[in-house]
Amino acid sequence: MTATTTRPATPVRPARSDGGPLTGFGTLLRLIGRRDRVRVPLWILAITATQVAGAAAYPGLYPDAAARLVQAEVIGSNPAMKAMTGPGHGLDDYTFGAMMTNEYLGLMVIFAALMSVFMVVRHTRAEEEEGRAELVRANVTGSAAALSAALTAAVLANVALGLLVAAGMASLGIETIDWPGSLLYGAAFAAVGIVFAAIAAVTTQVTQFARAASGMAGALIGAAYLLRAIGDVMDNGLSWLSPIGWSQATAAYVDDNWWPIILSLVVAGALAALAFRLAGRRDVGAGLRAERRGVAQASRALGTPLGLAWRLQRSTVMWWSIGMFVFGASYGSAIDVIEDYADNDVVADLVESMGGTTLTDSYLAMIMGILAIVVSIFAVTAALRPRREETSGRAEGVLATGVSRTEWYASHLVIALLGSVFILFVTGLGLGLAALGTATGSSILGQVIPAMLAYTPAVWVVVGVAVLAVGWAPRAALAAWLLVVYAFFMRYMGALLDLPQWMMSLSPFSHIASLPAEDFRATPVILLTVIALAFIGLGLVGFHRRDVEAT
Amino acid sequence: MASILVSGVHKSFGSTVALDGLDLEVATGEVHGYLGPNGAGKTTTIRTLLGLLRADGGTVSLLGGDPWRDAVALHRRLAYVPGDVNLWPNLTGGEAIDVFGSLRGGLDRDRRAELIERFDLDPTKKGRTYSKGNRQKVALIAALASDVELYLLDEPTAGLDPLMEVVFQDVIRQLRDDGKTVLLSSHILSQVEKLCDRVSIIRLGKVVETGTLLDLRHLTRTTVEADTRETPVGFDRLPGVHDVTVSGHRVRFSVDGDHLDEAVRHLSALGLGSLVSQPPTLEELMLRHYGDELAGNGREKVGQDR
Repeated sequence: MTATTTRPATPVRPARSDGGPLTGFGTLLRLIGRRDRVRVPLWILAITATQVAGAAAYPGLYPDAAARLVQAEVIGSNPAMKAMTGPGHGLDDYTFGAMMTNEYLGLMVIFAALMSVFMVVRHTRAEEEEGRAELVRANVTGSAAALSAALTAAVLANVALGLLVAAGMASLGIETIDWPGSLLYGAAFAAVGIVFAAIAAVTTQVTQFARAASGMAGALIGAAYLLRAIGDVMDNGLSWLSPIGWSQATAAYVDDNWWPIILSLVVAGALAALAFRLAGRRDVGAGLRAERRGVAQASRALGTPLGLAWRLQRSTVMWWSIGMFVFGASYGSAIDVIEDYADNDVVADLVESMGGTTLTDSYLAMIMGILAIVVSIFAVTAALRPRREETSGRAEGVLATGVSRTEWYASHLVIALLGSVFILFVTGLGLGLAALGTATGSSILGQVIPAMLAYTPAVWVVVGVAVLAVGWAPRAALAAWLLVVYAFFMRYMGALLDLPQWMMSLSPFSHIASLPAEDFRATPVILLTVIALAFIGLGLVGFHRRDVEAT
Repeated sequence: MASILVSGVHKSFGSTVALDGLDLEVATGEVHGYLGPNGAGKTTTIRTLLGLLRADGGTVSLLGGDPWRDAVALHRRLAYVPGDVNLWPNLTGGEAIDVFGSLRGGLDRDRRAELIERFDLDPTKKGRTYSKGNRQKVALIAALASDVELYLLDEPTAGLDPLMEVVFQDVIRQLRDDGKTVLLSSHILSQVEKLCDRVSIIRLGKVVETGTLLDLRHLTRTTVEADTRETPVGFDRLPGVHDVTVSGHRVRFSVDGDHLDEAVRHLSALGLGSLVSQPPTLEELMLRHYGDELAGNGREKVGQDR
């Protein structure tokens, strides 16, 4: 690149001397293209493949209109299903297209949102935090070039995703999944992605740290999902505050509304404008809030491996506890509308098939099955923390002191293992307390707290897999996330797609009894605990035997 | 007795050979300079000495133990400053110093206070707000405030300003007077010249030269410039004399260390008017080993640009 090397033969051209804030935009955009040439296409292909493969399975699952109508009744009459799916456009004539928009879209767009958040943060705040942005800005680049390039790249990625999804869906040739509907369906993906790219552009201005910026934007994705879940169950318009709700409001393949897409783009534009305004007011590398000073000496506790691990992870534990309490509470607060759905034969059948005696029980069982997997996200983060310490170069300083590798890693595992127990507890607490606070005052605390805690061994298996990966295949440590994704997929889609039992049982969560709909089973709890501890032990052995990697 | 004894150590990362039969000996109580450009294998050596990396072959002995097997016990007796210091973003510098100190088994509070003062560090700032130099000060203070036998310092002052460099050199001299052992990896040659008793030069994963500075100088050429009363002739025939230039009664040549005596004898036989001799600088010592590589690099870089 001519701007960064000085070769006498070709003197550096002053890159267009207008010196506007967008100078260097093209170069930076190409740089992003180069850095992301594998990563982003993989995201796009994986999302598209999951979507299209899922859609392709539907005609086999629901061979005729009658089967689809049963499914429509199940969804329309079951609040837990509504919370997991969508507002229920087209339930009266439940075509394959309507099924897609109702059952698939709301979940799949989350991945578009995640892709966008990671992209924007990676190319803005992460660059500043690492100090690379300084190098770039010291060259001939305008003040707004980096943010514009990151946003443009995210928009392009989302448009590509939308088009690919549209083409994939339309080419399936499934009845009612036509081209106009598919284009809107794809546009809904792109719109959610673009809104969250703009949200990430704002969060990266607020905080100085890439992780905090992704965290804030990620929390907002969660909030968007929650808002539409509550809004759809209670039918009170809350879904209109959620970009995910907007995507479902398109009712693609049913009513084909394009205006929610326009709404999304307007909101994204406004957020992007806000981001540019904020960016223009701060220094490179700085956040909107100034850094406070701290203490000059460490407390006694900090000087132990466990004390250090707790200090490094305590804010994660705290935020997860608060978040999961709210998450649990939001489902708990919907409890008194559940029985309203009970006067329905289809629901009665469903309840029976779940093994529960009441609709409330099966609702709680389903919800808690999901919540437990959400908690395992924390568990993976905490279990992979030592790996992050290693790759950032902070581990070597500690491991060069009188702390053994095992002791060091085990300290972080104490946080991961006990922290997940605590968060499972807090989730149940939120669920139970909120139920207590509803009009009917359902007293389920004594049921839901043990039910959440029963998932402990499954969460620990996820921790075990993460430690195993760090010990024996550190470069592939992020693969531990695959188990979480797999567990989610199985929980949501396993029954829906009628997948074989062995595929379901690869998810540790599938073995735990769905309390309170089912009776507690001790054997899987014991077995999973043993497996988890064995994985952890094996992982620690591997970590003890390998090189500590440098940055 | 040697504090560090490395012999024939190999270490590869995939297809990259980092250490290629490395031998290194650091005597107890000496300040040992470890010289070489980036990528020569200095950091890999130190990380192997710390038991963070496992040698593929050869033997490593550190304070009489095996750094891979006895890591924890040995680490209590040594302090380490990495070349690239990474601190926890949300811990203050003071906290980080104490964390390292406590994990190593405690540090001297008075010494900690004194070093913070001398290195002019603000210990109340968060790790993420420190500059490279300040991060390095944190690691230095944490290491130097520990009372240990051996200090492993990997380019410890690369980010420090000249004033702090003086403080650093002072502290290291103090350590030497107290009988501590220091392995100082560096590419600041003046620092090594001032501080080190012995020096090892590493190139492509192998130590190519080791000894006192005097020893090393002996191995290289001294430049001599002299005025003689008689016309200077016959230098070309002297063994070990190179690059002779004569203009009138003035002669200039370079001579190998072990032939200096004969050359000076020959000069004085001609009747010396004036004599200037320059010992080789450490730069020249380095260039002797790396000169060809520098030239090679230059060509390669041009090639890569195309």
